[in-house]
Amino acid sequence: MLNLACLVPIFPLIGSIINGFFGLRIGKNAVGMVACGSVALSFLTVLLMFASLLFTPAEERMFEQVLFTWMAAGDFSVDFGFQIDPLSMVMMLVVTGVGFLIHVYSIGYMHEEYSYYRYFAYLNLFMFSMLLLVMGNNFLVMFIGWEGVGVCSYFLIGYYFEKKSACDAGVKAFVVNRVGDFAFLLAIMYIFNIFGTIDFSDVMHMAPEKLIFGAEPVTIITLLLFIGATGKSAQIPLYTWLPDAMEGPTPVSALIHAATMVTAGVYMVVRCSVLFEMAPLIMLTVAFIGGATALMAATIGMTQYDIKRVLAYSTVSQIGYMFLACGVGAYTAAIFHLVTHAFFKACLFLGSGSVIHGIHGEQDMRKMGGLKEHQPITYITFLISTFAIAGIFPLSGFFSKDEILYHALMDGNIILWGMGATGALLTAFYMFRLVFMTFWGESRVDPHVHPHESPKVMTLPLMILAGLATVGGLLGIPLVHGWHALHNWLEPVLHFDLAATLEHSRHMLHAQGEHPASWAHLLIETEHNVWVEIALMLLSLGIAITGIVGAYFCYVKNPDLPGKFIKGQWGYELVKNKYGVDELYDATIVKPTVVGSFFLWKTADQKGIDGGVNAVANVIGWFSVQARVFQSGFVRNYALFMVMGFLVLLILMF
Amino acid sequence: MDGFVPLNHYLLLSATLFVIGVLGVLLRRNVIVVFMSIEIMLNAVNISLIAFDHYLNNSDGQVFSFMVMCVAAAEVSVGLAIIISMFRNKPTVNLDEFNILKW
Repeated sequence: MLNLACLVPIFPLIGSIINGFFGLRIGKNAVGMVACGSVALSFLTVLLMFASLLFTPAEERMFEQVLFTWMAAGDFSVDFGFQIDPLSMVMMLVVTGVGFLIHVYSIGYMHEEYSYYRYFAYLNLFMFSMLLLVMGNNFLVMFIGWEGVGVCSYFLIGYYFEKKSACDAGVKAFVVNRVGDFAFLLAIMYIFNIFGTIDFSDVMHMAPEKLIFGAEPVTIITLLLFIGATGKSAQIPLYTWLPDAMEGPTPVSALIHAATMVTAGVYMVVRCSVLFEMAPLIMLTVAFIGGATALMAATIGMTQYDIKRVLAYSTVSQIGYMFLACGVGAYTAAIFHLVTHAFFKACLFLGSGSVIHGIHGEQDMRKMGGLKEHQPITYITFLISTFAIAGIFPLSGFFSKDEILYHALMDGNIILWGMGATGALLTAFYMFRLVFMTFWGESRVDPHVHPHESPKVMTLPLMILAGLATVGGLLGIPLVHGWHALHNWLEPVLHFDLAATLEHSRHMLHAQGEHPASWAHLLIETEHNVWVEIALMLLSLGIAITGIVGAYFCYVKNPDLPGKFIKGQWGYELVKNKYGVDELYDATIVKPTVVGSFFLWKTADQKGIDGGVNAVANVIGWFSVQARVFQSGFVRNYALFMVMGFLVLLILMF
Repeated sequence: MDGFVPLNHYLLLSATLFVIGVLGVLLRRNVIVVFMSIEIMLNAVNISLIAFDHYLNNSDGQVFSFMVMCVAAAEVSVGLAIIISMFRNKPTVNLDEFNILKW
């Protein structure tokens, strides 16, 4: 059954080709059918594969399907193959499952668009690339997927290409991503340099033998990989593109910029967890970057008025949590939060799309309010997902966020936990601010606009996603040992023998005549402390409720209060302007690049290189003009030259 | 007969005729005259061939001169055809009117 793997990405590719080339001819209904049908087929295939993986013994849940040798040059050989193991299976389920729901939703949301087919062609192409990314059995196949989703993201952000801001946002996303992609590519080269292969399973097997714990090579590799991840997953310092990416259609924001693509970095880090485990310095960096991003994005989220931008910053913040989890070695928690986040954040984005659809394209929350009467289904699903992201028991976000915070405290330190906990408070606050401003209170909607509930094709995915956001937490029931289904499922992939690795590294260092520092403290296992976990759960529940009550107090009870409070506060202005990071990048990187490029274009290229080439041509041309007089076109002239040449020959000979 | 007319005389005649031919080609404007000058040059060569043939006592020169005549006959037929087609393009046989032999 697992042999079906190659079909999974092929269905969306076929869908994309049909829609891309014949979309205008086959009509809107057919385009929607092809797009959703192809993703549904891959989802069903993935379900079949999941079932068959479920019935294989846990140790044998690893299947590689090599389709063909992609390239072979000397020692370098890359297969084009897929790797199906519990980790990629989780991602495939999320990508195709959530992807299918968003495709269905798009049929409703994009119905009035002229270039409906173009949208679906890109969306299917995105599904294809994303599946390559998660299914590839080596770094290079993953990299194609990585670039593929990047380019589809660019296409879809710039979908409304008549709008300058949308084009700019697309270019920004693409260019910022390039920075990360370049680091990722360097990491792949370095990995090949050390291991002689870029196969995931080979590299992960050989890593404990070929690399020295905490030494330079593994640190550089993981640093480069992590920079790649920050680009794709919108972490500090490369997060600035994601809020701008909200220029794209809302379902795109839900699929690409919330549920799947932006979590690719997390997936990649978890996939390379063996390498990261061997670089404690980078682990700490990952954790702190994640924590800092979670906190900073949450503060910005509190000040934004564009409903989609709030959600975008919320996404950045939640992915920060996932990296925080990776950084403290809690990979299961990271993937767990990735899955639950895919559910509730997709639901939130689609809900915001439904709101925007219902009030004809208005995105400013100051012009919303009181929508819960007009859009009951959207309101309820949105509320459920908001409770989930805020971390209210027993919704999914509660379990996953709590697990991350628990690990941050136990395996990390109190600062990391503090960042996460503060972020959780802010998350509850800004999410309920969003709900209150949008659905509660007086209607501030333009009186000419009559808000209406969205059609069934849009509300149905919302309901399913809200349902998943409710029960998703059951994947990882804490406290009771052995009930954490996701942990048990991912166990074979994430297995890492730290003691043996350290022993091996010690031997290698001894062979080089060096004496490593004591690593004994690394081997102290932290016991799973149920009471600490319960205490933290209650605490984070309290934090979430505080945030909600705070938002209620500020935005429902006293709607004037925030306005008075923030008036003239320089701190507020700073946060509202996103800490000026965009302006900083503009001044330090974009401007010098533009000026430098202008110099290279106008001076170096047009004057230097073009000038040199033209000069050579001109000199040769001048000589040609001189030589031209000999070719007069008169036959007698030519005869004269012949005679003269003959005479010269005669003279030379005698 | 031998020695009655020395070889040099023949060669001088041949060279004179050849130079007349060359000058005719270079100086005359009438394409027919130029054409005739080319024939003179060919026949000047024929004279020297026959003279050498006689003084060296073999018949190679006669064979060569027949060859030259054949080529000359072929050349005349092609050359006259070219002149006719030139005349059709421009009703003149003045060579200075034709300077299209260039790019």
